[in-house]
Amino acid sequence: MTSPASSGIGRFGPYGGRYVPEALIAALDELAAAYEKARGDEDFQREFRRLLTEYAGRPSLLYDARRLSAELGARILLKREDLNHTGAHKINNVLGQVLLAHRMGKRRVIAETGAGQHGVATATAAALFGLECVVYMGAVDTERQALNVARMRLLGAQVVPVHTGSKTLKDALNEAFRDWVATVDTTHYVIGTVAGPHPFPEMVRDFAAPIGVEARAQCLDLLGRLPDAVIACVGGGSNALGIFTAFVPDTSVRLYGFEAGGEGLDSGRHAATLTGGSPGVLLGAHSYVLQDEDGQTRESHTISAGLDYPGVGPEHAYLHDTGRAVYRPITDAGAMAAFELLCRTEGIIPAIESAHAIAGAREVAGELGPDAVLLVCLSGRGDKDVATAAKWFGLLDESGPIT
Amino acid sequence: MTGLASGAVVDSARASGRAALIGYLPAGFPTFDGGVALLTAMVEAGVDVVEVGLPYSDPVIDGPTIQAAADVALRSGTKTADVLRTVEAVAKGGAAVVVMTYWNPVLRYGVDAFARDLAAAGGAGLITPDLIPDEAGEWIAASDAHGLERIFLVAPSSSDARIETTVGACRGWVYAASTMGVTGTREQTSSVAPALVGRVRAATPLPVCVGLGVSSGEQAAEVASYADGVAVGSAFVRCVLDATDETDALRAIARLTSDLAAGVRRTSA
Ligand SMILES: Cc1ncc(COP(=O)(O)O)c(C=O)c1O
Repeated sequence: MTSPASSGIGRFGPYGGRYVPEALIAALDELAAAYEKARGDEDFQREFRRLLTEYAGRPSLLYDARRLSAELGARILLKREDLNHTGAHKINNVLGQVLLAHRMGKRRVIAETGAGQHGVATATAAALFGLECVVYMGAVDTERQALNVARMRLLGAQVVPVHTGSKTLKDALNEAFRDWVATVDTTHYVIGTVAGPHPFPEMVRDFAAPIGVEARAQCLDLLGRLPDAVIACVGGGSNALGIFTAFVPDTSVRLYGFEAGGEGLDSGRHAATLTGGSPGVLLGAHSYVLQDEDGQTRESHTISAGLDYPGVGPEHAYLHDTGRAVYRPITDAGAMAAFELLCRTEGIIPAIESAHAIAGAREVAGELGPDAVLLVCLSGRGDKDVATAAKWFGLLDESGPIT
Repeated sequence: MTGLASGAVVDSARASGRAALIGYLPAGFPTFDGGVALLTAMVEAGVDVVEVGLPYSDPVIDGPTIQAAADVALRSGTKTADVLRTVEAVAKGGAAVVVMTYWNPVLRYGVDAFARDLAAAGGAGLITPDLIPDEAGEWIAASDAHGLERIFLVAPSSSDARIETTVGACRGWVYAASTMGVTGTREQTSSVAPALVGRVRAATPLPVCVGLGVSSGEQAAEVASYADGVAVGSAFVRCVLDATDETDALRAIARLTSDLAAGVRRTSA
């Protein structure tokens, strides 16, 4: 059921492309041209690197997690994206896109957000560049990630709760898309992951790629060799491609992406697009989709707002089909057990998204054994998830949530 | 086999000195039978070409009105097969019927299989709002094989070069989206539409129809003064959403259709 590439624009094997209304093509062409220019522009690259270093706090640490390693039975190196300004890997991509939008003369940026991390990062960069910012967020998510809603508003962004459909990330994406179709002259749409029509998947991957470039060098420094495996959680797939990309040519290094398995693949209530979905078109690209036999999108389910999306970036579909990367689901329960383990062994409260990667590391450690070195992308910190986790672990008073 | 070509219907309206009226409703809205009855009422009251919408879970270029209709249709259990059955029922009455659909349901059905079954149901072709010719290799082959019309969209933001390639890929007619933005009725018709239609005409002899926003006979007349067809969607959906019951909805659809049909005949004014 793959659709052959017609134009070949922005394709990863049969995946990617541009399945969008004609009204957006001029803007996508303009963006692709501006990005192509910025890519080779020493000025742009220097400014991007300066922002990453002086503002976001890169390079992020590579942390040798000894107590976690002892628990999991392999050496675990954590790439600490949680220590970036705004608390997740999302800031890398956002600084790149907002810098580009600013150079293109756009006065307004919009974004969708699930967990709120991408929205917070976009609101932050918009404040830094003095741009107007509107963030679309599903009404379910504005509730479960209330802390991030307040952060965005403090930063001067307008947060629009989206009440259509499942009221989660997918609906926020649709709404941001609708905004963009009408405002494309003045507005840049800062997509939060490696999805969407060309050039977004490629551009977002490149802006996230410093994660892997740094981590590869840090591994060589620390170990004198490459890790045996690189592990990340996969929602749309930006932190995963961010850390994978530098290692893709290193064929000795195994790549693992862990999707949100929700209540389990068999339950039908999950967000595991690659392991539980099939090829299709969603949000402007051909990739894997959770869909029914008629091609209607199925709702995704997971405790993790940032992974709660029935699609995935097209490059992951390609890495999946070619076998270069391996994708597996992690259930809510598996992720929350890993969440607790990281808190207790290392004193690090991870984002629930990132806890899926820790749970994945447990599986991979079991398979590769104690001599293996596993590089794990700790994509974000868990402040935003404290209420959800407290509820999961039953830490709340009868009288109501502790806030 | 393939039904009455919608391009031929638009052409013959043009030959008689007026614009064609193109009416949209999703299949299965509010129910399968109800939807067929509404579409049939539209044809009886003067719609020249029927656009049957395939209700889709993620209608990213539709505003709240059509989203609401798609929701109703999907919740009432509408399947792709029901859309084809709707086409068959409406085409049997002698109308030219095209399907307006997002791409994924067609991809899932199988592009060639969908083309084959649409032709067999008496459908004339497809309007594809999120499929540009650049990505349409499979559809171009399938529509050629099954003798179907391909109606691609052009937009105010389209460059002349893109208009050129897009109209080159069209068969039947060309759909000019008159405003930048999602579907929905608008107080004022677009000021950029006449220029867009002019640019399309310079590139093709095919008829050019304009959609997005028209809700009254007066607006229809204005659009008909420069376009070959006037496409109306949200205003029809609104009639049904606002109706107290099915009879009321049928009456409202007939009333709006008559108003619009008079509008497209008022071109010389
Ligand atoms: C901390 C964190 N990790 C991961 C993700 C998932 O996104 P992606 O797969 O694009 O990295 C999110 C999304 O909100 C997030 O906040």
